[in-house]
Amino acid sequence: MPNEVAIIGIGCTPFGRYQDTTVRREAVRAIQRALADAQVSWADIEYAVGGSMSGGSADTLVAELGFTGVPFLNVFNGCATGSSSLSAAVHAITSGAAELALVVGFDSHPRGAFAIQPEQLGLGQWYGSTGLAVTAQFFALKIQRYLHEHALPTRLLSSVAAKAFRNGAQNPNAWRRKPLSEADIDRSPMLSDPLRQYMLCSPGDGACALVLCAGERAKSLRPDPVYIAATAVRTRRPGSFEVLSPSLSIDRGNSPSVDAARAAFEQAGIGPHEVELAQLQDTDAGAELIHLAETGLCAHGEQTELIERGATEIEGALPVNTDGGCLANGEPIGASGLRQIHENVLQLRGTAGVRQLPVRPLVAFSHVYGAPGLSGCTILTR
Amino acid sequence: MTVEPIDPHIMEWHEGRPRLLGCRCRTCAETNFPAQDSCRRCGGAEVAVVPLAEHGTLWSWTIQRFAPPSPPYVPQAEPFEPFGIGYVELPGEVIVETLLTEADATALRIGMPMRLTVLEVPTHCGAQAATFAFAPVIEGER
Repeated sequence: MPNEVAIIGIGCTPFGRYQDTTVRREAVRAIQRALADAQVSWADIEYAVGGSMSGGSADTLVAELGFTGVPFLNVFNGCATGSSSLSAAVHAITSGAAELALVVGFDSHPRGAFAIQPEQLGLGQWYGSTGLAVTAQFFALKIQRYLHEHALPTRLLSSVAAKAFRNGAQNPNAWRRKPLSEADIDRSPMLSDPLRQYMLCSPGDGACALVLCAGERAKSLRPDPVYIAATAVRTRRPGSFEVLSPSLSIDRGNSPSVDAARAAFEQAGIGPHEVELAQLQDTDAGAELIHLAETGLCAHGEQTELIERGATEIEGALPVNTDGGCLANGEPIGASGLRQIHENVLQLRGTAGVRQLPVRPLVAFSHVYGAPGLSGCTILTR
Repeated sequence: MTVEPIDPHIMEWHEGRPRLLGCRCRTCAETNFPAQDSCRRCGGAEVAVVPLAEHGTLWSWTIQRFAPPSPPYVPQAEPFEPFGIGYVELPGEVIVETLLTEADATALRIGMPMRLTVLEVPTHCGAQAATFAFAPVIEGER
């Protein structure tokens, strides 16, 4: 697996709330940027895959890109849509079905909390009508329990959020570009205890695309390819604690994030201690704390020490969500996973501008988590 | 006369008291709520509907302080009033997600004893129905 597939093109357009443009137009622009970055044309693409939750079917974009007859698969995997699409493209290349592949993720969501349709998740109507079908509740219930089990102080939530907005302020593509202090965050309204308004990401709009090629061709196409050392997607196993769950097993088990991360590290032959930066699903500030440990990047309970010594800052030993994450970029479900990859590629190339890590990294990790319990992890190297 | 359960598959009235209905797998003993046709743990098809315990302990909690998107939520009060939500561990059975009768964050703590009760709520078709909730157990009460 290591070095069999490379990323040679990336394209991302500013995230936010589209007013003078549409999500389809932005998806096409992101693809065109990725193709230009890779210096290949749409007609060269032999396999395409992508998805969105609410922005329409990815394959319909061929109407704007040109009818080349390319095989184009649609992925519908919640917040893991981007990594699942990437995973499918990697498999297409390693199987020999294609040498050049395109991956796209985009989405557009209205203001406010996601409106869930319980029936589509196999849940009864009562679950939604009584007010239980709210994803923010899950994140609150999970971090509330997690803080209790691992004796973590709630002030860490404010620290994580403040870092996200600090990093977002340095990212021209970010939606929220105003730095907010811990005090600003602590003054925002409590929405779902212990989570305040600025500790929860907002559903929004965005688009991102990648061009992949077979590893052995990468150097002939660009001097600084980034290699996909591993990509793994996992769903629930018994005892996990997932969003929109009317009950949990009393025999507690691991989250799919634990499984996906473990599989990715094993595939890459790289250990968590070798990771030099990480993009972690931060649907809320608590999720970043939990995912730091679930992915194996630190021990449960170690987060206080890590954060207090600044380890997760851009200048720290383990920078996390260097582009501002979902908190500063918003959450267009289909696009977020690829935004993480986009950021990691910039950092590995050494072209992340003002937010470039002081030492150009060799190993970058990304992790997404989505409803109703699936996770995708990707390890990139150069 | 008691109000009808919001969904007869999740709860019932039994001797004047509410009772939650879950299912237990005959193969691996996993208990699930609500009941379903096969086991979520092992996929086994041999599952039986079982009544669940009325008492448990608070496993996690939050307060829903903004009105959930509607639909699917059917507003209960105008203007919106925050409500408590939690997971309650029924010993030896399952951890159930539930409305709480308590919406004061200072009155909730993980590990506190809870008991099953009902709340009357509006349904999507404009009727009233009984849904389950858990309430903190007051000292001396059982």
